[in-house]
Amino acid sequence: MRGVVRGLSSWEAVVVIALVVVVAVGALAIEGVASPRFWRFVSLEVIPIALIALPMTLVIITGEIDLSVASVLGLTCATMGQLWVWGVTSLPLLIAAALLLGALLGAVNGLFVTGFGLPSLAVTIGTLALYRGLAYVILGDRAVADYPPEWASAAIAPIPGLTIPWMIIVVAVLAAGFGVVLHATPIGRGLYAMGNNAEAARFTGISVRRTTFWLFVATGAMSALAGVFWTLRYASARADNGNGLELAVIAAVLLGGVSIFGGRGRLAGVLAAVLLLGTLRNALQLADVPANTLTIITGSLLIVSVVGPNVVVKLRARKDRSWQRGVPWRFSPR
Amino acid sequence: MVVLELRDVSKAFDAVQALRAVRLGLRAGEAHGLVGENGAGKSTLVKILAGAHPADEGALLMDGRALRLAGPADARAAGIAVIYQEPTLFPDLSVAENIFMSRQPLRGLRRIDARAMRARTTELFDRLGVPMDPDRPARGLSIADQQLVEIAKALAFDARVLVMDEPTAALSGPEVERLFAVVRALCEAGSAVLFVSHRFEEIFALCERVSVMRDGRLVSTDPAAEVTVAELVRRMVGREVAEMYPKAEASKGPPLLQVRGLSRRGAFTGVSLTVHAGEIVALAGLVGAGRSEVARAVFGVDRHDEGEVLVDGRRLRNGDTAAAIAAGLALVPEDRRQQGLVMELSVARNATLARRWSLARLGLLTGGAERRAARTWGERLRVRSAGPDEAVSALSGGNQQKVVLAKWLSTEPRVLIVDEPTRGIDVGTKAEVHRLLSELAGRGVAVLMISSELPEVLGMADRVLVMHEGRLVADIPRALAGEETVMLAATGHGGAG
Repeated sequence: MRGVVRGLSSWEAVVVIALVVVVAVGALAIEGVASPRFWRFVSLEVIPIALIALPMTLVIITGEIDLSVASVLGLTCATMGQLWVWGVTSLPLLIAAALLLGALLGAVNGLFVTGFGLPSLAVTIGTLALYRGLAYVILGDRAVADYPPEWASAAIAPIPGLTIPWMIIVVAVLAAGFGVVLHATPIGRGLYAMGNNAEAARFTGISVRRTTFWLFVATGAMSALAGVFWTLRYASARADNGNGLELAVIAAVLLGGVSIFGGRGRLAGVLAAVLLLGTLRNALQLADVPANTLTIITGSLLIVSVVGPNVVVKLRARKDRSWQRGVPWRFSPR
Repeated sequence: MVVLELRDVSKAFDAVQALRAVRLGLRAGEAHGLVGENGAGKSTLVKILAGAHPADEGALLMDGRALRLAGPADARAAGIAVIYQEPTLFPDLSVAENIFMSRQPLRGLRRIDARAMRARTTELFDRLGVPMDPDRPARGLSIADQQLVEIAKALAFDARVLVMDEPTAALSGPEVERLFAVVRALCEAGSAVLFVSHRFEEIFALCERVSVMRDGRLVSTDPAAEVTVAELVRRMVGREVAEMYPKAEASKGPPLLQVRGLSRRGAFTGVSLTVHAGEIVALAGLVGAGRSEVARAVFGVDRHDEGEVLVDGRRLRNGDTAAAIAAGLALVPEDRRQQGLVMELSVARNATLARRWSLARLGLLTGGAERRAARTWGERLRVRSAGPDEAVSALSGGNQQKVVLAKWLSTEPRVLIVDEPTRGIDVGTKAEVHRLLSELAGRGVAVLMISSELPEVLGMADRVLVMHEGRLVADIPRALAGEETVMLAATGHGGAG
């Protein structure tokens, strides 16, 4: 328990407190925020963001980034739509095809980054445009919207007795999986090592390139899963599905305390930040705050999230040093 | 006439005294050679002249007047130019822009006068007697040409003292000749040159006087015509082999590490060596001889082009560090801050990073398991830190090195390669490291030790291998290894192979 407190006792704590404050103030000041309906809506909004934020956290911790996630989502939606038009009516088959395609698109990113040694920022800006373009090639301006209505109701069905959709359980299970890999396995230790010092990681036998490649594949597959949810929820496949979602995802990851320079951050902080941004956005919408203002608030939070953790780290370092001077601690009592 | 004089200059880095009361005078119109072992203090001296480090004690005098160098800009303003082994030009700017960086000739409205800049660049290269297009980008210039650009830069601000730190290390024969012609011309025009080099033949070809440094002291300065290579070498190494190298006799077991005909283009060629269980084999040579590169290739951090590496008779996959570790190989690298440790992570994380798979239970790795393992090894190696959760960057150099050793010893290697294991650490820790290596050999580990410290090499090693310019040039058994034999082989003057 002390370990958990210590692990969170920094920027993550700030995010969690901010979440509690937003919920409390929202519930008091804005009519509707306290209602179960509001939380159902927030959940549906944050599910795709959370799904993509999970692998994105790992990617950014290793010092890379993937900007193409929303376009992968869009291209999977478009492909699912086209397959439906062609007569593929089996849902499991459609989902499998989508995940496979997402993994493939992620592999292309990974190949360019690791095989050719290109910066992931440049590669994924390229594929951001490329994948979205392909989505338009497939669907053009069409929308495929004649899916069976029971698919949509199944996708957004609530947990019995609650208003919150059951998909949240899927997200929670996946989050637990990613959290364990990141924080409690040898692989996770390797990711932090890579993000802080790739050369030292290589000298420790960590295959930096192979790991990076598979992270991009995982990010592609998870973006595709978000695409599946998107298609089912809105019962609509359009080429512009999820346009701009990458910014929401990256904003949440950074606000959650993950360093844009790699090597630092925890998944718990990211999940809190996803929830914070989702709640804030929906609450303000409910309060009739115009969309432009929402964008300004999101942007400001992004800046705060990049500056904030650095300030916290500096303050903590100062505190640590003074503590150290007072109480010498040794491995060996000698 | 003495242009630049160093009067009793001293400099320490933490516990390490890099320079002790160095006196040196550079004369106008004269090239002055400076030789010394790795770590003798040559580079520190160069950095003080460049204004990169302030001297702790002593004074610098230019034309007899005291000189204060608070930074590289001061050194340049005083007329001191430093040319390094690998120049640092802006690759995407033109030659002329590089030469006049931050001092561009201006015309009206503070616009850069490109034409004047080009004309003055052409004039500089004419003076140097080497043609070069002022408009070509610096990218793609050979190192020799880049150095000429640096020299032109020095001329452009009328440098009177030119300090050259191993400028010929990366040059071919004709390039060296051309560089020397330029330096001689500069001397004739009245410049003072300090020429730091490992190559005696170059010192004798170029310099009027030559100084020797050893352990931070300047031990002698003589006219080059009055000393021989053998005398210089003796002065470079002339010190007692202290009793701090306790290599115990260990029975030699089967060959554990075999390297056969290993080559990597541009780094080393045809390296073959064998290390037996219980043996400490030293790999000596000058900086840049290719020793660390061999270690990296053996460990799979770099790929090799030819040859093979066998651990206990089994061939390792080329460029696969994980496989090398699994086969029982460990490498304590040269640069602990960049290669050995992840400075931002804790002591426990660093100490267990190499064996994180074996520490995991059912695939899960807990902080508790890491801390316990780190505590065990930390105590065994007497690491002093504020605790396993402290960032390793907060530790002293010696304790950081112990963490690196703990990281690799905890994998229980059968072959241990250590690259400069005692560089930059205090004397007490040094002795502990030596004792540890000896103990490991006694338990049947095969140790390959790369070291630039001759006393360490001679005190610890059962056999001394010497590299020179990418090749293994000597294999000297303990009984025959002396400071002079090793040093001569390392400078390319040895015979026995």
